[in-house]
Amino acid sequence: MPIVVDKNRPTDFVKTPDRTALDSSVWGMLKTTALALPVGFATVFKHLFRRANTVQYPFTKRPMFPRYRGLHYLERYEDGTERCTCCGLCAAACPADAIYMEPMENEKGERLAKVYEINMIRCIFCGFCEEACPEEAIFLGQEYEFSKDNRDAFIYPKELLLVKHPRPERPVKDLWRRLRRMF
Amino acid sequence: MTPVEIIVVALIKVALIILVVLTACAYSTLAERKLVSWFQQRIGPNLAGPWGLLQPLADGVKLAFKEDIRPERAEKVFYTLSPVIAFVPALLTFAVIPFGPAIEIGGRQVDLALSDLNVGVLFIFAITSLGVYGIILAGWSSGSKYSLLGGLRSSAQLISYEVAYGLTILGVILLAQTFSLKELALQQDGFWGMYVWKQPLGFLLFIICAVAETNRAPFDMAEAESELVAGYHTEYSSMRFATFFIGEYANMIAVSSVATTIFLGGWRAPFAFLPEYGLWGVVWFALKVGFFMFFYVWLRATLPRFRYDQLMNFGWKFLFPVALLNVMVTAAVVLWSSDQL
Repeated sequence: MPIVVDKNRPTDFVKTPDRTALDSSVWGMLKTTALALPVGFATVFKHLFRRANTVQYPFTKRPMFPRYRGLHYLERYEDGTERCTCCGLCAAACPADAIYMEPMENEKGERLAKVYEINMIRCIFCGFCEEACPEEAIFLGQEYEFSKDNRDAFIYPKELLLVKHPRPERPVKDLWRRLRRMF
Repeated sequence: MTPVEIIVVALIKVALIILVVLTACAYSTLAERKLVSWFQQRIGPNLAGPWGLLQPLADGVKLAFKEDIRPERAEKVFYTLSPVIAFVPALLTFAVIPFGPAIEIGGRQVDLALSDLNVGVLFIFAITSLGVYGIILAGWSSGSKYSLLGGLRSSAQLISYEVAYGLTILGVILLAQTFSLKELALQQDGFWGMYVWKQPLGFLLFIICAVAETNRAPFDMAEAESELVAGYHTEYSSMRFATFFIGEYANMIAVSSVATTIFLGGWRAPFAFLPEYGLWGVVWFALKVGFFMFFYVWLRATLPRFRYDQLMNFGWKFLFPVALLNVMVTAAVVLWSSDQL
């Protein structure tokens, strides 16, 4: 392909004064030294007495936002039975294909999950599973510290995901969810 | 004192000086990290020991246990030698610096200085320039382009600053009529007796040159971590790197001590009503050196690094002529006020 050269391209650009250039004349140096330096030094010195903004992370943790999407958990009903019916909608919604499940029935003939695994390495924490769940069973929580030293440990079985006791309502997240459903 | 006593006293002094200077180096790294953090509204190292006080120890242990790597293309002899060349001159400087007045220990008069050379100032200038060879050789012998660039920059910097550095001192020497650091300290009585007030321009220029001489920000182009990885010590690891690091801080302390002795009256009390006998001298000396060390960090927190050509311009077209002018004017004044005309 031939290289197209713009014949009308201006060849002599207007030289704009470079305001950042250091004036290297003796007078320029003196001006810089005498005027600019004290201002700079004073500004930096003032910062010496300001409070540090550091959050000392492992010791103090900042609260996460209410809608933060962290580690998943499976919710229970108030009587302690699992909400999840193993319908597979979360797995279908999952863009990362991170959820695997096998169903079973309990003694009352209710359907629930025999195997429910989330692969936390595949998971992108988009929250679509939460969105898709018709039983309000799966939620993305606030927990974000779950690094591990082997890959197998990242596949979370149902026992790890299921909460021990039903958690209180989460108004903000639930309100948001209802609004999303409406439109 | 008998000759044996003289030797024993000298050896004790040497051991003490090395111990104190190395400890001071270690803790000035902590002080620098703390101060820079505060300037940037951070906290700084605070986990190793109370208030981070064991951080230098932790750093030392870590560096000692690191693997010592020598690149295949490095020049063996100079690669090994250059950390030492960079480090030793910094320590040698302390041989002529007076830390305090003569004190009496067990009936003997002991000078709080290793030696009192009558050409102490010249000795210091000869020695501090040697340290740059360590940097240049490290840059060249590493067999890495970044190291080489760092070494080249350092040598160019040396040439443009050494001349002005020497000239800034000359003003004080003309006034004091002596090269002995002990004499210089003794001549500066009280606050207004300090040579800063008689040579303010010389003092300013000396500080600028001293920063360039020690390769510190904003003249740290030999290191320039944002351009040259780590400059001349890119290829160094473990204790070899640590030696460079300690050398840099020892150099800073040495130059601060020289500045203190020449311009701020050394171990003399900053105000005439304060005591300056015995170990008080050491206290004043340490405080003044601490002031300079604080200034180093303040400078680093304030100014961005100079560009290469800016530095050469600054050195040759500003520092050198102004320093020369300072010497001329001082010489004229000294000559005019003396009876020799």
